[in-house]
Amino acid sequence: MYFLVKDFKIYEMPTKRKTLWLTLMAVSVLSFDLTAANQEGLDSGSTAWMLTSTALVLLMVPGLAMFYGGLVRTKNVLGTMMHSFAAMGIMTILWVLFGYAMCFGPNVLGGWFGWSSDFVFLKSLDESMMDGGVPEYVFSMFQGKFAIITPALIAGAFAERVIFKSYCLFIALWGILVYNPLCHWVWAEDGFLFNLGANGAIDFAGGTVVHISAGVSGLVAAIYLGARRGYPKTNMPPSNLVMTMIGGGLLWVGWFGFNAGSSVESGLSTAQALVATQVAAAAGAIAWMIIEGWHQGKATALGIVSGILAGLVAVTPAAGVVQPFGAMVLGALASIICYGALLLKNKMGYDDSLDAFGIHGVGGIVGAVFLTFFIRPSWMAEAAALAGGSWSVWQQLGVQCAAVVIAIVYAGVCTWILLIIVDKLIGFRSSRSSELQGLDTAYHGEHGYGMLNPN
Amino acid sequence: MKLITAIIRTTQLDQVREALIENEITRVTVSRVSGHGRQKNAEQIHRGRKVVPSLAPKIKLEIAVNDGFVDKVVDTIIDAATSNDGYETDEVGTIGDGKIFITPLEECIRIRTRERGPEAI
Repeated sequence: MYFLVKDFKIYEMPTKRKTLWLTLMAVSVLSFDLTAANQEGLDSGSTAWMLTSTALVLLMVPGLAMFYGGLVRTKNVLGTMMHSFAAMGIMTILWVLFGYAMCFGPNVLGGWFGWSSDFVFLKSLDESMMDGGVPEYVFSMFQGKFAIITPALIAGAFAERVIFKSYCLFIALWGILVYNPLCHWVWAEDGFLFNLGANGAIDFAGGTVVHISAGVSGLVAAIYLGARRGYPKTNMPPSNLVMTMIGGGLLWVGWFGFNAGSSVESGLSTAQALVATQVAAAAGAIAWMIIEGWHQGKATALGIVSGILAGLVAVTPAAGVVQPFGAMVLGALASIICYGALLLKNKMGYDDSLDAFGIHGVGGIVGAVFLTFFIRPSWMAEAAALAGGSWSVWQQLGVQCAAVVIAIVYAGVCTWILLIIVDKLIGFRSSRSSELQGLDTAYHGEHGYGMLNPN
Repeated sequence: MKLITAIIRTTQLDQVREALIENEITRVTVSRVSGHGRQKNAEQIHRGRKVVPSLAPKIKLEIAVNDGFVDKVVDTIIDAATSNDGYETDEVGTIGDGKIFITPLEECIRIRTRERGPEAI
């Protein structure tokens, strides 16, 4: 066997290495045969789309980093982007360790969360194929991305004023105590919200699990930690709205993986979710532009991305059940109500720095509640059949409201407890001098921009 | 008329600006500058290597005032620009807090009205 090396001389492998090489090749051919035998039932179309979706949802995390990073002051840009990037590391490891087991294992402790020791380190997934013909590995990674972005969303509420290591500890604990149980309740087959009412509480891609839980936790944290120094008297200008726009755009693109991927197949329901996502985002964008144009006289760039996000958040729980008309109404409604929520925030004076609650919390609630009025008839018919005769919109509204209230209360209370724990252990709020210096130099020893901006 | 030029720490900018506004000194020009002084620069980290930048980032404030306001402006800046002013350590003021220069100002013109002299400040 020969290898070409840099100076084009032909190089012969030493015999010992040659043997090793051949053995390795034989082993790999053999193991390929083994896996080929287990590929029965694989739906390559669905798998390909789920692989794509998994990557798309991950794209949302740097998207969020750019979105948030552009909105904070120059001295905090890296610290804020690090909140998203750190979540990619921490939450992935926790997910593989026991997050997946807690979310998708069978009920334990009265259904508080799931557990299956086979899922620790994803052990039993190695050759496991799901009913839809998608390898369970792909599903577990897809779901893992949701566990990454949810705590990263919370960071927007307390941007510019928390200690980095405390943040890391907080999101790890939050993932374990808040995200995993909620995810289990809503998406695991034996979760109690999955089975609430006739056909379950509708949360297609994470209105309650991701957006309401993150938004409410953010609000609680913002109130617990107090406002940034100087808020609201000092002007705190965004460091780079261009980056925010790019981040917002990446979020929209990634959201197709988030929503359309949540069908865990590549078919009709994927198409339905995809259309709803696009329509709601567009409706949200336009609605925000119109409201702002009417209220402020100008349609701002930050406004349109906020509208896009509001629309996307609202359609997240609904993407599987609403038709384009419903998606359009939900998107527009989310922009209107979120805009109102931001005005209210300014009056109330709590410092939700980047409006994690104002957009994700409020938009998620709007979506999860109002989707009830736009459910496609076939879903209602199925629910009626399961309920044994009839199932009305109002009954489903009750189920949706119950799920929303449960998510709000659970996330709010647990976050408050975790904040106290982290605060007592290592302190959460930045010291005065760190806050004045900015998170970048205080916690990371770097600065994000050159000499651009005296802030 | 005097031109007050203050070189301060970047971290003290917010505090200085707030103090100036509180004392009704609202006309100020702020720029980001860099330079050498006696201060040992803060270390930065680049791929595991500690790097000490040769130029320290600083903030420059420029305020043009009539003679009667000089002391008020200077006192306000000194109070607000002193680092560690009793919040976290007992040590008050450290090398690198900056300097204030006062120079005589020959003329001042408001472009819009073409007013000249103390009126225009």
